[in-house]
Amino acid sequence: MNYKHTRFFLSLTLGLGLGLAGSVNVQADEFTKADLEQWQQDFTWTVKKGERLFHSPLGSNTVSCDQCHPNAANTHPETYPKFQKQLGRVATLGDMINWCIQNPAQGKPMSLDDPRMIALEAYITYERRGVPLAPGKH
Amino acid sequence: MKASMDRRSFLKGAGTLALGGLIPLNLIEVAFGKDNPQNFTFGYISDSHLTHIKGTQFVRNWDHGLRRAVAEVNMMDPKPDFVVYGGDIAQLGKKEEIDHGLEMLSAIRNKMHYVMGEHDYYLDLGKYWESQLGPQWYSFDHKGVHFVVLNSILTYPDWTYKRWPSARERMHQMARLDNPQGSPFMVGEAQRAWLQQDLAKVSKDTPIVVLSHSPLYKIYKGWNFWTEDAEQVQALLQPFRKVTVIHGHVHQVLYNQIGNISFYAVMSTAWPWPYANTYTQAKSLVPKLTVPMNRADPFHERDATGWTSFDLANGHVDTHYQLWSNTDRTVAFNMRDGKPEDTVYQPEDQRIPPQTQY
Ligand code: HEC
Ligand SMILES: [Fe+2]
Ligand SMILES: [Fe+2]
Repeated sequence: MNYKHTRFFLSLTLGLGLGLAGSVNVQADEFTKADLEQWQQDFTWTVKKGERLFHSPLGSNTVSCDQCHPNAANTHPETYPKFQKQLGRVATLGDMINWCIQNPAQGKPMSLDDPRMIALEAYITYERRGVPLAPGKH
Repeated sequence: MKASMDRRSFLKGAGTLALGGLIPLNLIEVAFGKDNPQNFTFGYISDSHLTHIKGTQFVRNWDHGLRRAVAEVNMMDPKPDFVVYGGDIAQLGKKEEIDHGLEMLSAIRNKMHYVMGEHDYYLDLGKYWESQLGPQWYSFDHKGVHFVVLNSILTYPDWTYKRWPSARERMHQMARLDNPQGSPFMVGEAQRAWLQQDLAKVSKDTPIVVLSHSPLYKIYKGWNFWTEDAEQVQALLQPFRKVTVIHGHVHQVLYNQIGNISFYAVMSTAWPWPYANTYTQAKSLVPKLTVPMNRADPFHERDATGWTSFDLANGHVDTHYQLWSNTDRTVAFNMRDGKPEDTVYQPEDQRIPPQTQY
């Protein structure tokens, strides 16, 4: 059996097994230029949404993130996960975003899979693009 | 120089005092000035950004900063000759915010001088501020030093007068530091002409101290750590032998020397700002001379904020950064090197890990 064949066979079996025989998306690992453009657009849109949130009050006191982090500076996303002395554990970027929402912004924390949280992470990370990953760095 | 090193920065532990203790304070040692009537000290409070929420509600954090600075400046011993407020009393230029700030500042038992910040200006173009505090630029003489107060946060008239549908919108746009639709600060032609005339009456060996809100040099345009006509203003100042520019706006320890001019930033009572070179997507010109302040600990609300005091001896300035929740810093003019230097941390091998900003 050649490679293409196997893959087709497997997807088909899986699809049938899950009761998704009608799904047209049987090809899992090939994508087109148009796909790439679409996905980039979705990402860019999420960064834009994050930028908007970052520049809006997310808590109860009108204070916004950009007031202390212009262009998301001093958020160091490349250093996460890392040990946060004051939390006493290894924390994620989302943990620190929540910390700043609760304290300087006097707001309620977001769940880590909240679309707003994802957008904030997208914006913060995008503003730091090109900086090498440095997990654990204080 | 030695004198500067020995002169302890005052008010170590004033935090405890401001929080309700009653410790008698007499910590400043004026190692230089007792006998010289020309030497003096002044206090500097800046960038409080008092923010009106609604009714009588204001952002607690920023209120605490200004209240604490006022309490501590009142405890300076010996008493400073005057106190300067360096701009950005308000966040959105509202009457409520300016009134709130002036009420707190009215507790200062001293002569005050005020500098205009962009957060005070762009709602009503300085009208309310001026009605309470007087002219936006002027000069005065004190013990042989010529002081000049400038409004350095003006910008292109098109941006100010034509660009925005309302005054409120204009204020909001200017209040965002990283705004791609912002506009660079400037002193402007009218004020430069006035400055030239003002300085014409002053002898070249008179020490000059300029008080502005923005740095009168160029660091990073994207955050308005910048004055568009800085070179023209500097050119008016360079002929004088001893020139110091003191500015707010950048909310950080920052100092520089350009030709004859020494530059010092003052602390904000509200929050610290990152150094411009930590934003990796753009180029900036943070002065190499500056030993950065410690990276702020967000778990200590008042870390990397504070106020500043200045000693003037022999016409040069020594700057004391009174840093809450952190070790104070003194940056003094080094006569031998002809530039400001930190009295502890200036040599590379004296720096400490929290001073690495990235
Ligand atoms: C009052 C100022 C202030 C505000 C407002 C603020 N932060 Fe912070 N935040 C800080 C400081 C100071 C630090 C510590 C920076 C450092 O470690 O160099 C920090 C740290 C962080 C960090 C971790 C950085 C690191 O180095 O590990 C993240 C992420 C963060 N903030 C996100 C946010 C977000 C999102 C908001 C808006 C909800 C926000 N901050 C609002 C002051 C603020
Ligand atoms: Fe400010
Ligand atoms: Fe400012």
